[in-house]
Amino acid sequence: MMLIPCPWCGPRPRVEFSYGGPADRARPADDAPLEDWTRYVYERDNPKGAARELWRHGAGCRQWFVLERDTVTHAVAASHPLPGAEVAP
Amino acid sequence: MTRYSALSLIRQGFAGHTGWSRAWRDAAPQDHYDVVIVGGGGHGLATAYYLARNHGLTRVAVLEKGWLGGGNVGRNTTIVRSNYLLDANAAFYEHGLKLWEGLSRDLNFNVMLSPRGVLNLAHTDAQMESFARRGNAMRLNGIDADLVDLPSIRRLAPLLDTSAEARFPVVGGLIQRRAGTARHDAVAWGYARAADALGVDLIQGCEVTAIERDGTGAVTGVETTRGRIGCEKVGLCVAGHTTQLADMVDLRLPIESHVLQAMVTEPVKPCLDTVVTSGAAHCYISQTDKGELVFGGDLDGYPSYAQRGETALIEHVCAAAVALFPAFSRLRLMRTWGGIMDMTMDGSPIIDKTPVPGLYLNGGWCYGGFKATPASGWCFAHTIAHDHPHPLVEPFALDRFARGATLDEKGVGPTPVLH
Ligand SMILES: Cc1cc2nc3c(=O)[nH]c(=O)nc-3n(C[C@H](O)[C@H](O)[C@H](O)COP(=O)(O)OP(=O)(O)OC[C@H]3O[C@@H](n4cnc5c(N)ncnc54)[C@H](O)[C@@H]3O)c2cc1C
Ligand SMILES: [Zn+2]
Repeated sequence: MMLIPCPWCGPRPRVEFSYGGPADRARPADDAPLEDWTRYVYERDNPKGAARELWRHGAGCRQWFVLERDTVTHAVAASHPLPGAEVAP
Repeated sequence: MTRYSALSLIRQGFAGHTGWSRAWRDAAPQDHYDVVIVGGGGHGLATAYYLARNHGLTRVAVLEKGWLGGGNVGRNTTIVRSNYLLDANAAFYEHGLKLWEGLSRDLNFNVMLSPRGVLNLAHTDAQMESFARRGNAMRLNGIDADLVDLPSIRRLAPLLDTSAEARFPVVGGLIQRRAGTARHDAVAWGYARAADALGVDLIQGCEVTAIERDGTGAVTGVETTRGRIGCEKVGLCVAGHTTQLADMVDLRLPIESHVLQAMVTEPVKPCLDTVVTSGAAHCYISQTDKGELVFGGDLDGYPSYAQRGETALIEHVCAAAVALFPAFSRLRLMRTWGGIMDMTMDGSPIIDKTPVPGLYLNGGWCYGGFKATPASGWCFAHTIAHDHPHPLVEPFALDRFARGATLDEKGVGPTPVLH
């Protein structure tokens, strides 16, 4: 099974985690034009290869974090705490 | 092309089956076509066939990077049905089911449609209520649906654990009796053979690497691993790789690619003659003509282009199957495999023109594109030939997301893994 390195708990089995969408999506301002909101809510880069994604360690520390992963080989490159959560516990 | 019939079979029987001709030509790419279809799966082949049959367009090529039928059309669990709640989906899939019912005759190829019924199990009273709602919606749309009670379910699937002690106690179900299964390879081969007979070129080992456009932005051809091919129109039918083709023209799509797995047990004597599904257990089961039990479940849950999945999901599906049918616990699993699904943000497909003149999009089939094959080919061919969406697929427009007119059967929102 794929091992995912939680920034807080270290490598843990994939089944403890869930995928939560692509990382780095900037939420538009409340009054941004409709096209910006459509892009944000519905459109996806859907990369084949290197990807940056949000994952959550639901069966562990329950933290969200960023996972760098390859969507073809499933190799995991790195994981990072979310900005603002950098302090180690 | 030899017409297949009982007589030709008998004749070939006496001739030692040496006189059968190839089912389709191994065409080499020509310089120019009216329409190029990218992707030789079920949808691409059906589109090419209906372009020729319904619209008289025969300067058509299907370009397939691998071999015909090597994608999802040959990987699915073969369920064919039209048991949808929303009007747009019901009308489209019911048109499809009607085409399925005449398909073997139309293609002169036995697609082995088996209308054995698809039974959805309810495990709670609330689920029965929602099944009653969906069943009524289906009937209002002229589609057969029956709400069934426990004794009827016991008759339909005697091996199903319907005891009160079951891991997932069954309280009732919804059945569409005209639904069932079809032989997936036969569908690909049947459409391929029939399209070829009408003059369509089927070109295998030919990957599209770029879409060529003129100064106005209109499509003028494609670059492929077998050279440049000019054309007036390009239709995309590439399932899990829709994003990669759209990237070639900088079109962003509401699609995420995920792997869906399926698996079969060793073959056993006939023991299940209907398709049984349980949303609560995340599992659906049928028995093939060879006797194998086919299990399917949910997506692995995260984006993937790997065409293989993880063992945790296999274990989960098998646990659910055994909970529903305890007798199956003694069977050995024989094979597992995966296919890449183009999951949309509302769980419904996209068939439409695109903002690029001459480029047409067919994709976003999620779990359910096999049953859609005939209707999808029919409507996509119309959309390409008339440069205007077929009325049945107007609701599947690409801009429905921007308009807020999503078709979300489950009502779960833009989270593809939940559809
Ligand atoms: C495990 C599993 C179970 C399923 N069960 C069911 C079910 O029970 N009922 C149901 O209705 N649906 C089911 N589906 C969904 C269904 O199989 C798909 O939605 C449907 O087959 C997709 O359309 P297609 O047949 O055209 O795709 P495919 O057969 O995948 O065809 C797409 C083709 O495009 C080709 N291609 C991609 N990129 C390029 C390129 N650049 N150049 C040239 N060619 C390219 C690929 O090689 C491929 O052959 C299931 C799918 C899976 C994986
Ligand atoms: Zn953790």
